[in-house]
Amino acid sequence: MRVLVSFIAVLLLVVIAYAGVEAANLRFLFGVIIPYAAFIIFVGGMIVRVLKWGSSPVPFRIPTTCGQEKSLPWIKQDKLENPSGLLGVIGRMALEVLFFRSLFRNLKTQLSDGPRLAYGEAKWLWLAGMAFHWSFLIVLIRHLRFFTEKVLVPIQMIEGLDSFLQVGAPLLYLTDLVLLAAVFYLFLRRIGIPQMRYLSLINDYFPLFLIFGIALTGVLMRYFTKTDIVSVKVLAMGLVSFKPAIPEGIGVLFYIHLFLLSALLAYFPMSKLVHLGGVFLSPTRNLANNNRMKRHVNPWNYPVHVHTYQEYEDDFREKMKGAGIPVEKE
Amino acid sequence: MAKFPKPEELSNIDFAPPRKGWMDLPVEFKPGMFCHGSKPKSLEAVGFPNPRDWKPADADWKLPENWKEIIIEGIAERLRKYRSFRLFMDICVRCGACADKCHFFIGTGDPKNMPVLRAELIRSVYRKEFTTAGKILGKMAGARELTLDVLKEWWYYFYQCTECRRCSVFCPYGIDQAEITIIGRELLNLLGLNIEWIAGPVANCYMKGNHLGLEPHTIVGNLEYMLDDIETITGKRIKPTFNRKGAEILFVTPSGDLFADPGTYTAMGYMMLFEELGLDYTWSTYASEGGNFGFFTSNEMAKRLNAKLYAEAKRLGVKYIIGGECGHMWRVIHQYMDTWQGPADFLEVPKSPITGTVFENARSTKMIHIAEFTADLIKNNKLKLDAKRNDHLKVTWHDSCNTARGMGILEEPRYILRNVVNNFFEMPEDTIREKTFCCGSGSGLNASEDTDLRMKGGLPRANAVKFVHDRHGVNMLANICAIDRATLPPLMDYWVPGVKVAGLHELVANALVMKGEKERTTDLRGEPLPGLEQKEEKAS
Repeated sequence: MRVLVSFIAVLLLVVIAYAGVEAANLRFLFGVIIPYAAFIIFVGGMIVRVLKWGSSPVPFRIPTTCGQEKSLPWIKQDKLENPSGLLGVIGRMALEVLFFRSLFRNLKTQLSDGPRLAYGEAKWLWLAGMAFHWSFLIVLIRHLRFFTEKVLVPIQMIEGLDSFLQVGAPLLYLTDLVLLAAVFYLFLRRIGIPQMRYLSLINDYFPLFLIFGIALTGVLMRYFTKTDIVSVKVLAMGLVSFKPAIPEGIGVLFYIHLFLLSALLAYFPMSKLVHLGGVFLSPTRNLANNNRMKRHVNPWNYPVHVHTYQEYEDDFREKMKGAGIPVEKE
Repeated sequence: MAKFPKPEELSNIDFAPPRKGWMDLPVEFKPGMFCHGSKPKSLEAVGFPNPRDWKPADADWKLPENWKEIIIEGIAERLRKYRSFRLFMDICVRCGACADKCHFFIGTGDPKNMPVLRAELIRSVYRKEFTTAGKILGKMAGARELTLDVLKEWWYYFYQCTECRRCSVFCPYGIDQAEITIIGRELLNLLGLNIEWIAGPVANCYMKGNHLGLEPHTIVGNLEYMLDDIETITGKRIKPTFNRKGAEILFVTPSGDLFADPGTYTAMGYMMLFEELGLDYTWSTYASEGGNFGFFTSNEMAKRLNAKLYAEAKRLGVKYIIGGECGHMWRVIHQYMDTWQGPADFLEVPKSPITGTVFENARSTKMIHIAEFTADLIKNNKLKLDAKRNDHLKVTWHDSCNTARGMGILEEPRYILRNVVNNFFEMPEDTIREKTFCCGSGSGLNASEDTDLRMKGGLPRANAVKFVHDRHGVNMLANICAIDRATLPPLMDYWVPGVKVAGLHELVANALVMKGEKERTTDLRGEPLPGLEQKEEKAS
């Protein structure tokens, strides 16, 4: 049900773009206005989201420690998994953001008769996650070729590496395949594992379908239909130079691709996809475990009612004296 | 216990999720899976709202008219106060990596025990009340109304989480279900929805200084019993002091160590060690609790209970504090105490009077863990140890959740252990250190009425012990946590009969050769030492 709703929602987006461009001929709307609006929502929305996170303080220093603490000098500290200083934190965060360190730890727990619990390697999720995010990033970087007059050298290098197999015409980009395969795997995993299916929401399926749609339309344009790249570049250059123009000869597939991307951008700040920014702010990862060395200040710390020693002694003075415990007031 | 299912039955776990979606499936209160509700007198003692007689399984929870408003305002306040909460409400992608990392999910198969779904219980309400998409799209955006059923679900499942943080280790964004449970329980406490096993100890701790409600003369009396035993075993009479001004060190331990075995053996261990060192220390009957069940209630309550540590250190004029073996006590001391009550500028940076080692890692909080203190002693050859006295034991090491994942004290106890026992075997690597499994009874769930829950949640821990028990004949599970010492013995009796439970310093004291002691014939438990069993027989 949730799968179907998500699928239909993305399909509907495709139909809207198709109808808007083919039937209603709203090329300026779909080629200029919606992309601009989506971009503004994306940037503005992400700024608002991050500011909101930032406006809530971090009252306590609560890193999840995943290794030996810094204590006695002869005990080897695990500086990456349990950092006590800035460098260690940077290292820990770099591993987390670039290589999904924590996901790499993933295990599969299995119960068999006995009872006997066994913990097996489970790196597929990590691998698919890495494949998905990295290939998406590379695809995105490759698209920068549409936004500069001359294609920048680093982008040419990335394109060269990405097409190193030298097959097909136009040359096959490896990341196109990897991206589609990874998204497909992440989808299969969601519907294939009973627990995953049980916990997944529309919020999970919709972005998968959306991204798959974006990638698929891109692949279709590059490898299967003829797309007027020159015109697309004119459109893209118009957008970034704030002189938007709609050149002739761009097929509807491109508008669908662009509309789905716009939908993704607009959806981004109000969805789980904000983990892109949130991962940097997680207080269980981005703080040093130096609590007892350096005092952490809570901006909203306030005085509380306590039961003082004097009150305690008043309650128990005679019993204390009887047990030979020294008291303040005789 | 007559009707209690056998291990073979309890471990027959159905992992198939229900047909009905989790949002529409009201909570079912299964006997043995939840604790008694808080009693009015326990809430009144600390001035908590809505004190009344109520039963969790009853339909009517006797809530105030505007309970929903209270909760929603409570969420709003905590979103403003905790970046962790706000962030963890927004960024989960439901990848499911945390799902089978939770001991309660492994032991029950209940999908709402997957950390991700436990968090969704509250996240769904957050979406409904605090996000535009949730307000407009409702269920389509994963949002749902806060109803009485939802509130009951929160209560049931936030008291089926031991705040152990194992899920947080595996989460790619470090989302910590412990943090969400902590805040969830805070919200429930706004309506007087605690469990008595937490509320009672909190009231005790507030009024009498410790969870168990031991009054000053009882503390002295309990220790006297232990001192008698120590005299019988070693021939030495130890005379500890209480509430003594001018002592160099204040020693604080969880009150469980003063109350029942095997914790009492650990307390005997502390006293024997300190006696041997001639340490200038004092106990306090006021600050007679290192543990903090307030931490399982609300941030404010935790702070109120914790305040007495520094207050007492200041009143007695000690230089610094040593803390005994306890799990959540150390999460609180390590990650919260200085922030709440500091700066502790009336204390000095801890320096071992025996070795001269300055504990730079505690230079602000001025409180050190006894395992840090003892490891330093052994490294500097200050203790005469005879590990053979522990040769009747085959020991494995249980890392307690809080000290492992909220601190990282992993090697100190192992170093000590290797010096005081000859037979030490590690459990499988995916079940120790940062990946250690909870005893299944932490965070105030160590009551008797929820034994089903505890045995189920303890299965992964017990199963790893069983592995080394079967393979190496391990018969002793050592740890540095008072709740472990209280809850692991029944867990072992149930899943791995033949394995006993000990605190680290019990094993230290067994091995510790004290000046002028008589030849020992038994360990601290009165069991004959290896090689002396026959002598015992002859003598008897």
